[in-house]
Amino acid sequence: MRIFSLYILNKAGGLVFQKDVNPGIAKLTANDYLVLAGTLHSVHAIATNLKPAECRSLNETAQTVNGQILSSGKASTPNVNNLGLQHVDTDYFSLYVFQTLTGIKFVLVTSPVAKQDHSHESPLSTKGELRKQYELVEEYFKQLYVLYCDYVMKDPFYSTDMPIKSTLFEAKIKSVCEA
Amino acid sequence: MSDKIINPSVPTLGSLTINDSSTSGFGYNPSVGPSSNAITKETSSALLNKRAVLTPTSSNSIYDRSLSTKKSQGISVSSLAFLFCEIVSWARRLSNSILDLENRLNGLGYLIGQKYLELVKLREGMKYGKRENKILEILQFIHGPLWRAIFGRTANDLEKSQDVDDEYMIIDNTPLISKFISIPKDYGNLNCSAFVAGMIEGALDLSGFHAHVVAHSSPIEGLPQRTVFLIKFDPLLFTRENIHFS
Repeated sequence: MRIFSLYILNKAGGLVFQKDVNPGIAKLTANDYLVLAGTLHSVHAIATNLKPAECRSLNETAQTVNGQILSSGKASTPNVNNLGLQHVDTDYFSLYVFQTLTGIKFVLVTSPVAKQDHSHESPLSTKGELRKQYELVEEYFKQLYVLYCDYVMKDPFYSTDMPIKSTLFEAKIKSVCEA
Repeated sequence: MSDKIINPSVPTLGSLTINDSSTSGFGYNPSVGPSSNAITKETSSALLNKRAVLTPTSSNSIYDRSLSTKKSQGISVSSLAFLFCEIVSWARRLSNSILDLENRLNGLGYLIGQKYLELVKLREGMKYGKRENKILEILQFIHGPLWRAIFGRTANDLEKSQDVDDEYMIIDNTPLISKFISIPKDYGNLNCSAFVAGMIEGALDLSGFHAHVVAHSSPIEGLPQRTVFLIKFDPLLFTRENIHFS
């Protein structure tokens, strides 16, 4: 798996950081990136409300998780994106969304899950591959989140929800994501 | 549900109101802001029961421990980074130029440097029964034991300026305090280690070596945060040293 691009969205859907870490993806204009981020944010928000009746219980899970975090100050997983759009898998790329408790979204665009040559492959094994890549990406998200907490939130020259200009952060992102 | 679209995954945080308070007395309530962490009657008793280290009233607070304890008390780098971040923001709000900002940070560090010099001297028990009275000795003391007491390791290098006689340099490859700080382009050559420069200046001044210390960034390959502390001594010191030791 190769990571092509990283987007960071603030809680209102504004693009605060965009970086193409590995070649393999077409460059867009700055405006296009903003539009893309806004669209993704809206789709995610709509997806959150589009859930079948049997998923109602999931909502309660989110509440208990938040309650737990509020009372103990500890979260079991940093990813609270359990109701919205989580990943999109296509033949040309995969897209993953990670959301923090404060509503910041990390979006990774990666190479697609390796295609199997055997045409009569059982669908189950492809599902296993998808799962594997999803777990791998989760690990990346955790590292990126830590970097964000360190090099962005502890920088006195950064104001919340504004574009990230930290050169240190950029360098660290590069070293984590570059294959 | 319509008001939760902005924050889709945090339904409970969004529905918190100002009157909601955490049962344990702790915890950040986003709808109240920083004051939800304020110390009130209830939270202070909770703090006391937790035997918090930094509370002056709890029985095992940092103030009740022996000053001369050799064991170093580690603190969290994260908390330090957040505290220093706030210090820089605060100084930046008050200052009207980059130079002013650096002077403020320097001034804050100055007081800490003075206190730390005394503390380190006390802890090492006035080794050899004397104090440093030569320029080189005091520089080695700052580069070695003082640096270790503050940052947990010695500084990376101690050099004498090749061009000017009265200038020395202490070099730190990975300054702890500005580990996470990246200076925006429009701030020119500001270096937040001015705070540490102030600490060096305070320690030097208190031991009778009047000097002016400035922090300069001099990044090299692989060490983007490398900082040089340029120490410019008062010329009178060299005259004094000549009379005393030659």
